[in-house]
Order: sequence, then C-alpha cells, then structure tokens
Amino acid sequence: MSTLEITGLHVSVAADGGAKEILKGVDLTVRSGETHAIMGPNGSGKSTLAYAIAGHPKYEITAGNVTLDGQDILAMTVDERARAGLFLAMQYPVEVPGVSMANFLRSAATAVRGEAPKLRTWVKEVKGAMSDLDIDPDFAERSVNEGFSGGEKKRHEVLQLSLLKPKFAVLDETDSGLDVDALRVVSEGVNRFRADGDVGVLLITHYTRILQHIRPDVVHVFAGGKVVSTGGAELADELERNGYARFTTGAPAEAGV
Amino acid sequence: MTVPDTAPEVAGLAPELAGAKEGQGSKPLASASERFTAYDVEAFEVPGGREENWRFTPLRRLRGLHDGAAFDGTAQIAVSSGEGVTVETVGRDDARIGEGGVPADRVAAAAWSTFREATVVTLDGTPAPVTITVTGPGHGATAAAHLQLRTTPHAEATVVVEQRGSGALADNLEVVLADGSRLNLVVTEEWADDAVHAGAQHLSIGRDAVLRATSASLGGDLVRITQTVKYRGPGGDAELAGLGFADAGQHLEQRLLVDHAVPDCTSNVIYKNALQGVAGTPDARTVWIGDVLIRAAAENTRTFELNRNLVLTAHARADSVPNLEIETGEIAGAGHASATGRFDDEQLFYLQSRGIPEDVARRLVVRGFFGEILARITVPELRARLEDAIEAELAVTGS
Ligand SMILES: Nc1ncnc2c1ncn2[C@@H]1O[C@H](COP(=O)(O)OP(=O)(O)OP(=O)(O)O)[C@@H](O)[C@H]1O
Ligand SMILES: [Mg+2]
Repeated sequence: MSTLEITGLHVSVAADGGAKEILKGVDLTVRSGETHAIMGPNGSGKSTLAYAIAGHPKYEITAGNVTLDGQDILAMTVDERARAGLFLAMQYPVEVPGVSMANFLRSAATAVRGEAPKLRTWVKEVKGAMSDLDIDPDFAERSVNEGFSGGEKKRHEVLQLSLLKPKFAVLDETDSGLDVDALRVVSEGVNRFRADGDVGVLLITHYTRILQHIRPDVVHVFAGGKVVSTGGAELADELERNGYARFTTGAPAEAGV
Repeated sequence: MTVPDTAPEVAGLAPELAGAKEGQGSKPLASASERFTAYDVEAFEVPGGREENWRFTPLRRLRGLHDGAAFDGTAQIAVSSGEGVTVETVGRDDARIGEGGVPADRVAAAAWSTFREATVVTLDGTPAPVTITVTGPGHGATAAAHLQLRTTPHAEATVVVEQRGSGALADNLEVVLADGSRLNLVVTEEWADDAVHAGAQHLSIGRDAVLRATSASLGGDLVRITQTVKYRGPGGDAELAGLGFADAGQHLEQRLLVDHAVPDCTSNVIYKNALQGVAGTPDARTVWIGDVLIRAAAENTRTFELNRNLVLTAHARADSVPNLEIETGEIAGAGHASATGRFDDEQLFYLQSRGIPEDVARRLVVRGFFGEILARITVPELRARLEDAIEAELAVTGS
C-alpha cells in the first residue's frame, strides 16, 4: 500500500516576462490500487503537473509538497524519483539518437531494479512485453524514439511502464494520436500493469474513449492550474457532453487537441 | 614519381599558375581537382588564416609549423617487429618515398622538406598485428617525421599507429597498398595536452586493394589531419572511419579528399565527433571537411560519406563541410550526409526519468554515438583502451 500525495503545489516556468505561474495550488492524493483521471482544457497545466512530479528542470516549484509514502519527492533528483517508484509516460517522448531501445531498456531496468537483469530472462521478458504491445522486435535495435510515429512512441512508453513496474504511473495523454486498435492494445498494457501490482495511476486525457478501456475510480477536472472538481466516472461523461465551459469561468470551452 | 598518374597533377607548377594562391582566397577552389600539390615548402605561401584550407585552423596555436618552426626536435618512431614485417630507415632519395602522394599544404610540405630519415614498414603475407608508436619531440620542441606503410601484393595486415607525447609534430604518413592487398589501419591521436600535430596521410590504393582505416582523435591541443585517398587501379575499396572527442580548448580538425579517378572503386567515409566544452575556457572545436571527387573517368564509382557531431555541452562548436563533386553520370551510387546535434537537457531528463543516473545517461549517449566506429577496431585491447579513454574524457566535466 503506497500513497502519492500532492499538497498546495505551485509551479512556475521561466517566461519572457519573468516567472509565469502555471500551477496554482494543486491538491491530489492517489493511493495504490486507484486510478485517477485528470481532464482539462488545453493549457490548463496538466503536463506541467506531470513534469513537476517527475522533476523536469524547466519547472520551478514555488510552494507545496509532493510525497511518496511520506518521502519528499521534490528533494530528489529526476532519476532518484524514478527509482523511488514514479513513472511518467510523456505526452511527447524524447528522441535519443544513437542509443538503441534495447540498450536503453536494459540500462533503465538495471537502474530501477538495483542490479542488471539476468541476460537470458531479460531477453525473454523484453520480447514478451513487446509482443504484448504489438511492437515489432526490430524496434529493439532502433534509436530511442527516433523516427517513431506518434503511436509507436506511445506504445513504447507503455512498454517501459510494463518493464519498469513503478508504484505510481502518470500517463500524460498516452491515448492521443492512437488509432482504435492501438488504443485497445495500449489500454490493455496499462490494465495489465494495474492488475499485476498494487499500483496507482494518474491518467491525463482529453477523451472519454480511453476511459471506456481503463475505468477510473476518480475523475478530476483541471482548469486554471488546479483541480476544480472531483467526482466519479460519471463526471467524465458530463465533460464529454458539455465540455469544460462550466469550469472555466466564462471562457469558451476548447475542444481536445 | 613511379606511380602512374591517372589524373592531371599540378605538382611542380609555379604556385601562381596552379591554384595555390587562387585557393587562398576566401572562396573555395572551384574544384578539389585543382588542388595544388608540391614537395617543396617554398612552393606554398605562408598561410595567413583566410585561405580556404586554413580558415578553420587557429594558426597562432600551430607552434610555427606553417611558418618558421625550428624543427629542432625528433619524434621517435618504434615499430613492433614480427614475421612478414620489414622495417627500414631510409633517406629521402629512396625511390619509394613519395609513391603515396604529394603534400597539398605548406605544413605537409615543410615536414617533407625537413625530415632527415623516413621509416618504411613493408608488410608481406599475413603478419600478426603491428604496433607503431610515434612519440612527440617533447614539450616546447618541434619535429618533422615521415612514415611509409606498404603492402606487397595480396598481403593482409593490421597496423596500429599510436601517437603520444608532447611538443609539435608535422608529418607525412604514406600508405601504399599493392594490388589485391588488404590493410586494416588504426591511427590514434593520444597526445598530451600541450601537443600539436599536423599530419598529412597519403593513402594510395592499388587495384582490388582494400583499406579499412579508423582514426581516433582524443588528445592534444591542436590536431589537424588531412587524408587524401587515390586509387591506382579499378576495384579499390577504401573505408575511412574516425572518432574525435574534443574537450575544452581542444581543436580537432579532419580534412579529407577522396579522389576517384579510376573506374569501379568504392569509398565509404564515416566520422563522428563529440564535443564537451567548459565555461570560461576556449570552445571545444571540431572541424570536418569531406571532399569526394568523382572524375569523368571514374565510372561505376560507389561512395558515401557521413559526418556526425554530438555537442554535449555549451562552449563547443562543430563545423562540418561535406562536398561531393561528380564529373561523370555513370556512377553506381554517391551520397553524403552531415548532422550536428546537441545532447540536450530533454534527452537527459528523459533518460533520468527512467531511473538512469546522469553520468550513466551521458555515457550511454556517447557510447552509443561512437559504437559503430569503435566496433571497427578489431584489436580488443586497443578498443577497450579507447573506450576507457572516452569515459575518462567524459568524467572530466561529467558533473
Ligand atoms: N516555458 C514556458 N514558457 C511560457 N509558458 C509556458 C512554458 N511552458 C508551459 N507554458 C504554459 O503553461 C501552460 C500549461 O501548459 P501545459 O503543457 O501544462 O498544459 P496542458 O494542460 O498539458 O495542455 P494540453 O492539453 O495542450 O497538453 C500553457 O499555457 C503553456 O503555454
Ligand atoms: Mg499536456
């Protein structure tokens, strides 16, 4: 049983005219075994929240706390956070030319598990995880994310999730850019991850269609840099019907990307 | 020279007639084929720094190799002996000297005009790998040297030229491959921090001969290597690979000309540099100039050249100038590619977000980047040493 607790989180980025505050007091608690969906209009700060939890250097925490089972996550380096059990599936995964996917996965597994996985079982494990996600084995020799299509990148994020087995996974629009079949494959991957362990998921999305595959326990509406409403799965359905207008104080609702 | 010249050389012409001075303007020679060559240093003007072939080189750091160096020191050349390996020390009057090629810049010509004795290493049959150690003249001294490697027909050999030590060295390295022979050549620049090396490599490929050359530039203050490949008969195959790691203040320059003047030959060039600078010191610098010339007679040529530069930090600058000139329509394939990329914070963040510590992440990227070059080095101890040396370079500022 683990708990990821975010309290009073304020985050700024350096912008042309000085620091610009994006998160304005986020409070959110996710326990293992729970899946929380976060939905909100473009630019409301969802990715900022995800990056701030992961420790991206661009985002400055100006107030608040993030703890994992009481441990101060914000005091940790990016890699320490990952080794403590956090994982971020990124909205825009980064290309790393020259580093093969195989080498990358093995280095990551070695770091997270604290020892190099045994070669024989590792090869089988990777092959199995790739085939579960309908990823061609040839990808193992390609450079990390380089030249991958949007959908291929997302599948590889979930591949990493399944191999690294974190305690908490933040999935930032892992569903966008996927066709119907890919969405099913990726959702199944996330569901296997949920079923395999006592883990928590924070699912950032614009669309309820992924929520048909991955049932959330809690839905949060995110607007203007904070959580403005929290409810059950039915809240997502309401958003699908009416958009975010009710939550964005008069501003016209924006459609998803 | 005794080598049948398949292409018009302009060697021996007065410089004002032959492009030495024309080529010293700010614009490049119209064609690499017009490149001026001569043995005599005085045939070349003293470069001022604006000439096309000198414009990237910090002349002030050349220790006068281009102008007025005393050449008061000696670079030691030691050759490991073995069956099928003949080592001779000869004078400049030896008929074989110059078979590989002719200097194309003033420093190479200065070395040629100055060296007292040349080392000629002849490889016959299938000798065990040969190691040649070149040691600089020592701090503050300047030296000229001359080394020739030659194979007999159908020989198959591996030669490692390891270059270390201090001081400034200008030299010519001739490689003369006999018909049907095969040479695996590794040249390392493992100089001390003060060292300056301006080297000209003249690579002459016989009919159906195969050259697999790999260079590794790691040490030295300024290292400038020019490589010229010429084919003496059809079926020649030259692969030039190289890696360079430039750290703060270091200048690594690689210039090559592959001159396809006979049919049915192949060239493949792949060079990779990593750069790592430090605030408050001069930039880490790499320069790569890749000229490939396919003359009208060189039908059915196949050539590809690639340069990639990985900029690891700020305070680093990579220049890359690939140039392909094709004078015949009858080629089998020709291409070039050049790219300079930064190892940026986003990549570092991505790798770290998967639990990989920062130093491991940097190593992963650099090792991956150099992997295909290092894989060509078939001498395991040497490959391991170079891998270690690269990791040590990374550790210097690898926070
Ligand atoms: N470096 C920056 N400089 C200025 N503004 C920034 C910077 N980075 C992010 N922002 C702004 O912060 C706000 C929140 O961005 P964020 O990416 O978190 O939104 P999001 O909710 O994930 O949007 P989307 O649904 O489009 O993915 C946006 O208005 C964005 O333009
Ligand atoms: Mg986003």
